[in-house]
Amino acid sequence: MKQIITLTVNKEIYEIAVAPNRTLTQALREDLNLLGTKEGCGIGDCGACTVILDGRPVNSCLILAVQANGSEITTIEGVANGRDLHPLQEAFVEHGAIQCGFCTPGMVLSAKSLIEKNQNPTELEIREALSGNLCRCTGYQKIVEAVKIASENMKK
Amino acid sequence: MKEFNVINSRVPRVDARAKVTGDARYTADLSMPNMLYGALLQSPHAHAKILNIDTSAAKKLIGVKEVVTAKEASPIKFGLSPARYDEMMFCMEKVRYVGDEIAAVAAVDPDTAMEAISLIKVDYEELPAYFNIFDAMKEGAMLIHDDYPGNINAEVHQEFGNVEEAFKQCDYIRTDKFVNKKQDGAFIEPQACLANYDMDGNLILYSSTQAPHYVQRILSMVLNVPIGKVRVVKPYVGGGFGPKASASTLELTACFLSMKTGRPVKMVFNREQVFMHSRARHQFFHELTTGVKKDGTLVALKNTCYLDGGAYSSFGIATIYYAGSLLGAPYKLPNMKYDGYRVCTNTPTCGAQRGHGGVAARAAWEQQLDIIAEELKMDPVEFRLKNIMQRGDVTCNDFNMSSLGMKECLEAVRDGSEWGKKKGKLPKGKGIGVACGFFVSGAGYPIYRSDTFHSTAMIKLSEDGGTADLYTASAEIGQGSDTILSMIAAEAMGIRYENVKIHSGDTDFGVDLGAYSSRQTLMSGHAVKMAGEDVKRQVLGVLSNTLKIPIEDMDIKDGFIIFKKGNVDFSGLRSYYIKEHRGWTDQPAGDKLTFKEAARIAYLEKGVVVGGGAYKPGELGGKYKGATVGTSPAYGCSAQVVEVTVDMETGKITVDNMTDAHDCGFAINRTNVEGQMQGSLSMGLGEALFEEVKFDPNGKVANATLGEYRIPTALDMPNVKTIIVESDEPNGPFGAKEVGEGAIMPTIPAILNAVYDAVGVRINELPITSERIFMALKDKEKK
Repeated sequence: MKQIITLTVNKEIYEIAVAPNRTLTQALREDLNLLGTKEGCGIGDCGACTVILDGRPVNSCLILAVQANGSEITTIEGVANGRDLHPLQEAFVEHGAIQCGFCTPGMVLSAKSLIEKNQNPTELEIREALSGNLCRCTGYQKIVEAVKIASENMKK
Repeated sequence: MKEFNVINSRVPRVDARAKVTGDARYTADLSMPNMLYGALLQSPHAHAKILNIDTSAAKKLIGVKEVVTAKEASPIKFGLSPARYDEMMFCMEKVRYVGDEIAAVAAVDPDTAMEAISLIKVDYEELPAYFNIFDAMKEGAMLIHDDYPGNINAEVHQEFGNVEEAFKQCDYIRTDKFVNKKQDGAFIEPQACLANYDMDGNLILYSSTQAPHYVQRILSMVLNVPIGKVRVVKPYVGGGFGPKASASTLELTACFLSMKTGRPVKMVFNREQVFMHSRARHQFFHELTTGVKKDGTLVALKNTCYLDGGAYSSFGIATIYYAGSLLGAPYKLPNMKYDGYRVCTNTPTCGAQRGHGGVAARAAWEQQLDIIAEELKMDPVEFRLKNIMQRGDVTCNDFNMSSLGMKECLEAVRDGSEWGKKKGKLPKGKGIGVACGFFVSGAGYPIYRSDTFHSTAMIKLSEDGGTADLYTASAEIGQGSDTILSMIAAEAMGIRYENVKIHSGDTDFGVDLGAYSSRQTLMSGHAVKMAGEDVKRQVLGVLSNTLKIPIEDMDIKDGFIIFKKGNVDFSGLRSYYIKEHRGWTDQPAGDKLTFKEAARIAYLEKGVVVGGGAYKPGELGGKYKGATVGTSPAYGCSAQVVEVTVDMETGKITVDNMTDAHDCGFAINRTNVEGQMQGSLSMGLGEALFEEVKFDPNGKVANATLGEYRIPTALDMPNVKTIIVESDEPNGPFGAKEVGEGAIMPTIPAILNAVYDAVGVRINELPITSERIFMALKDKEKK
C-alpha cells in the first residue's frame, strides 16, 4: 500500500505517494526527477547519494522515503542559487576537484554540511567529513583543497 | 619557448559546471517513453552443465514482455580480441563462473523483471570448479573451454638478445617471486545502458562505456545489424579505468530485448554485478631473474608469469603480452626473456585495468632492483640513474623512446623529496622508497587487425563565426578528454577555449577507438589538431582572396587575425560583417580583425566551413610475434618517492608523503595532469595496501561491496607532491603524450621499498596488510 508523504526538497514542498520499501534515493530520482543524486552502491558504502536531511548529511539510499516524511532536504540541485554557483561549487570547478563527476554531488553536500557547522575546518576535519564519500578518480587532494579554499572564500 | 594561448594552462574542465550542479546526465539518468526494464539471470554455480531451462512461469508473470535464453539469442561468439572470441550473450551448454549470464527478462518495471528472473528454473549438473590457476592446470583437470588444452588460454614466449649467455657475464644474479591479487575497477558509477531499436531498423545504444567504437562493432556482428545502422552513444561516464572498455552481455541483452519487444530497454548493474562482471586487474604470479655486473650495469632479465584470467579471454591476450613487454624500459637492458601463460579459472573474467598488464610486473621488478642495489652497496637512485634510458634510445623489444624524461623525473623526485637527507637516516619504523615506470601513449595497433584510422575529428564553424563545433567519437570518462580536445582545437584554430563546443562519445561523429591504453590525448588530439588547422587554413584562404594578402602573411591567435607584415585596412570587411548582423548587439569593434568576422566572411563564400582530421600511427615497432602489444608512438614515464610509517607492534602502514614526477611530453592542461597523477597514486596505494577481491568456497565474490572491498578514502590518501616534466614528444600533438596510466607504475614498488627501509622486511605478496608485515617481522626475529 502506497503512503502519502510530504517532503520539502530544495525549499519546494512535494506531496507524493510512495511504496513503503521505496528508498529516499528512488523517491528523489524517480518520483521527483531530481537526477543529480547518484546511486553507486545502494547500501550506504559509497556516499554518491548523499543529501542533507534536516541539517545532516545522509546516505539517501539507506533511508526509506516514508522515514523522511516531513523532512527538509537539500539535494545538489538546491545548492546553487539559480545560475550563481555556491562558493564550494566555484572552488570545485576552479581547482580541478572534479573528474568523472559521479561522486561530486555527494561530495559537495558533505562539504556543505561541514562548512555550515565549521567555518574554519582543518585539513583533517575536511578529510574526516568526506571520508564517507568515495572517489576513485582524484585521490581526493584537489577536493580537499577546494573545500579549504571555499571555506576561506566564504569568510570574505 | 613556444607561446600558446590556451594549452599548457589550468582552464577549468568543459564539463565541470554540469557536473558540480548535478546537471550532467549519466546513462542511469536516462529514460525513454514506453521504456521497459531488463534484468539478467546469472549463474549461482562456478562450473556446471545446463540441463534444462524452464522460463514458462516467468513468461506468465503479468508485466513481463520478453524472456530470452541462448535458444533465442545469437550464437555468434564475441569478446575483445578476435583471436579469442569465446563469450556468448547467454551460456549455451554450461556456466563458467558465478555470475555467468543465462537468461534475461524485459518487464514493465525493475521489480517485475527481478521477480520474473526468480521464476526461471534452471537444472544444473555441477562440474569440478577451479578457483586458482594451480588447480586449473593440474593434470586431468576438466577443461573450462574445449579450445584451451590444460586450461591454458594463451602462451607467449619471447626472447630478445640471449639471456642464458648474458647471465654468464653477470657478477650477481638473483631470482624473486611476486604475486598480486585480483583488483576491482571500483568506479563509482555501475555499468548501465539503454537500447532502442526503432521501426526503421536503426539500433541506438546509450552505454556507460569507454569504447563506443568497439561496442558498435560487436553489436553489429552479434546482432546482425548493419554497422551503419548501429549507433552507440556514451553519455557522461562515472569512471572506467579499463573494465568498461569492452562490449558486454549487458549491452547486447538490452539491444536484443529492444529488438524483440520493439520498445526501449534499460538495464543497470547493481554493485554486486559490477564485481561479478569484473574485467578488472588479473592476478599475476611473476618469477623474475635479473643479472647485473658489479658496477651496477643491468645485463639480463628472465621473466616468467602465470596470469589468472578467470572464465573468459576478454582483454587477456593483450594483458599477457603487456606483462612481459612493459619491463626492460626505462632501463638499458640488452637481454630479456619472457614466458607467459594465461590460465582460465572458474572466477570472474579479468581484463584491463589502469597500467594494463604491467603493474604487478613493475612492482616485482622495482623491488628486486632495490634488493640488487643494496647487495651492490649502491644508492637505489644512483643505481637506477646508471641504467636509465634517454630520448632516442630503443629497447631490446624495439620500443622507440622518441622522448623520455625518465632521468629528469628521477632527479626531480630525489630532490623534491630530500632523498639524500632521508635515505638510511630515518628512525626505525619510518622509511623511504623509490621506483620508476613507463607506459604507452596509445596502443600502436587497434584490437582487431585493420588499417583503420584510430581517431577522426571534424570541426564545423557556426554561420556567425562565433562557435566552432568539434565532433569526435572519443570517450570522455572522467579523465578529461573533452577538455583536452577542446583546448587543442582552440589552440590549433587560434581561437578561445570558450568558443569551442565539443560533441563527443558518439559513433555517429566519426571513428575513435576510445578511452583505453592512454591514447586519446595523443591520438584523438592529433586528429583534432589537424581538423583545427584545416579550419584555420580555410578561413585564412578566404581572407587571403578577399584582402589580397598571401596566407603565409597571416595567422590567427587568441581569436584575432594577425597580419604579420603590419596593419591592413579591413574596414570594408568589417562594414560588411556589421551589415550582415544588423540589429545584433555583439558587433565587432577595436582595431583588430576578429576570427568571428573572418569566419563569417568564409561562411558567406563557402556555405560550409568544415575541417577534418584523421590519425593513425605509422608502422611502429618490431616484427616479432606479439610486437604489436606495447608498441606505441610515444612513452610516458614516472618516478616516485614514497615515505611510510610502519607500526612495529601491529604492522600497520601509514603512507606519509608521496612525491611524483611524470613526463607527459607537454601538459595540455596542467590541473588535469596533476589530477591523473594523484588519481593513479590513489589506485596504486589501494592495490598496495588493501584491495583484494576475495572468493567464498563456491567461487562467489565474497566481498562484492565497496564496504568490504576497501578502496582508499580521503583519510587514506596523503597529499602528493606532483612535479610535471615536459620532454616535448615529437610524435605527440604539441609534444603531448600520456599521463593516465604511467603514473600508477612506480606507486606499489615505491611503497614496498619504503616499507623495507622502515622495518627491514621484503613483502612478495600484495596487499601489504598489517598481518603480512606482522608475520614477516616475526619471521625476521626468529632468524
